[in-house]
Amino acid sequence: MNDFDYVKARDVNDAVSQITKHLAARFIAGGTNLIDLMKENVERPTRLIDITGLPLKEIEETQAGGLRIGALVPNSDLAYDERITTHYPLLSSAILAGASAQLRNMASTGGNLLQRTRCLYFYDITTPCNKREPGSGCGALDGFNRLNAILGWSKSCIAVHPSDMSVALAALEATVHVVGPRGGRAIPFADFHRLPGDTPEIDTNLAHDEIITAIELPAEGFSRNYSYLKIRDRLSYAFALVSVAAALRIEAGAIKDARVALGGVAHKPWRVPEAEQTLEGRQPSRTAFGEAADVILQDAMGFAHNSFKIELARRAIVRALEQAAAGTPQSQSSKKIV
Amino acid sequence: MQGKPQARHEPSERGLTPKLEVRLHVNGVERRLLLRPWSTLLDALREYLDLTGTKKGCDHGQCGACTVLINGRRILSCLTLAVMKDGAEITTIEGLATNGELHPLQKAFICHDAFQCGYCTPGQICSAVGLIAEGHAKTADEIRELMSGNICRCGCYPNILAAVEAVMRGASP
Repeated sequence: MNDFDYVKARDVNDAVSQITKHLAARFIAGGTNLIDLMKENVERPTRLIDITGLPLKEIEETQAGGLRIGALVPNSDLAYDERITTHYPLLSSAILAGASAQLRNMASTGGNLLQRTRCLYFYDITTPCNKREPGSGCGALDGFNRLNAILGWSKSCIAVHPSDMSVALAALEATVHVVGPRGGRAIPFADFHRLPGDTPEIDTNLAHDEIITAIELPAEGFSRNYSYLKIRDRLSYAFALVSVAAALRIEAGAIKDARVALGGVAHKPWRVPEAEQTLEGRQPSRTAFGEAADVILQDAMGFAHNSFKIELARRAIVRALEQAAAGTPQSQSSKKIV
Repeated sequence: MQGKPQARHEPSERGLTPKLEVRLHVNGVERRLLLRPWSTLLDALREYLDLTGTKKGCDHGQCGACTVLINGRRILSCLTLAVMKDGAEITTIEGLATNGELHPLQKAFICHDAFQCGYCTPGQICSAVGLIAEGHAKTADEIRELMSGNICRCGCYPNILAAVEAVMRGASP
């Protein structure tokens, strides 16, 4: 690790004012990704601003009938909170599909969104990577790209976002509340993460001088018909090859509202609203789900080692929607996919 | 251990960020240390407090060998900065036995032959203590899933599962 100094933020405004003064500073909460990246010399902050003392650890009901989750709520506390397991089981399931119990105990809600890619070339500082070092090239394009993107990539970067929680938050249409030097703003989840384009070094639309204070969930939690299906190289404690957050609202046998978000396939959780709309008004069926999957994947393009993910994603979308429609969500402990 | 903060590795470190005083309550004893901000809790335990029961496996949060309990919750000490845990209660494998009597999980690991080389064992046992305290695992599948952050390259998983299950059922090993 590089030399850095360490300060504690007293409150949200103090945190913002401290980060505004130091371009090479980083906030630290759980530290599960940042410390690892610092050990690899991928991240070299000159100052760490400890935000773990800020009062952002509550989960509160909103007037709109949803929940406001403080940015410092640990992932495990969020996953097991009774309001989450009852009204937003898709979110709970996605969190429990990711990382390990120890990491979930450490990791914060806000930090989970700000995880950086696990692309091998981003981590290996002896190889080119436009995300780590803009202009150096992309090692993954012609390298070992099994874990890389099939959607939304650019010639500059084919990395994927690693978070499972974010996939569920995309499907649930959460809102990210942030505070900066000019006050607060709310970012719709779909606008929070970015596609790589020509600036893959910028993961999100959160500015350097802004801090996430809360994630807000709308009232609709799709608690009856949902599934989070994660396909990976080992059964637990591995990043997704493909994951699917599926949520349906079914009334009188017909789909009224459908949400499908994919993880492990793009630089951000991947949603195609037009595909979801094709399901509205239809009865749940393998045919309908397959047609929606085809729309989601129509622009998918893989590389030497990951083209299999296109068909894998298609099947995972259909299966997750079938699980959601049947009210039999994927279990995150029994690994049998039914 | 009370008294003067312990400092080491002084030579040729001029110009670096100054050391900070950190108070850790380790296995019920207050320990005061002077540490650079980049010292991990794992290194603080092993290199500065000579508590080498906690193991450094991957040092990247992928193996679980460094698992300890902070305020009763299992975490990875390799991805934790010691300065951020000033004032915290830390329990390591050395702190599980009481009055010379092994913790039930320690006994169960011996009884069920739940290790071969033993390198992952302190992390496995601390993780299992956390698992049981959390109370979310009821079935064998759930124990396996919620212990998946602890890798055993000798492959003792069936016996680790048996040991954890035995303690969860309250059976005396």
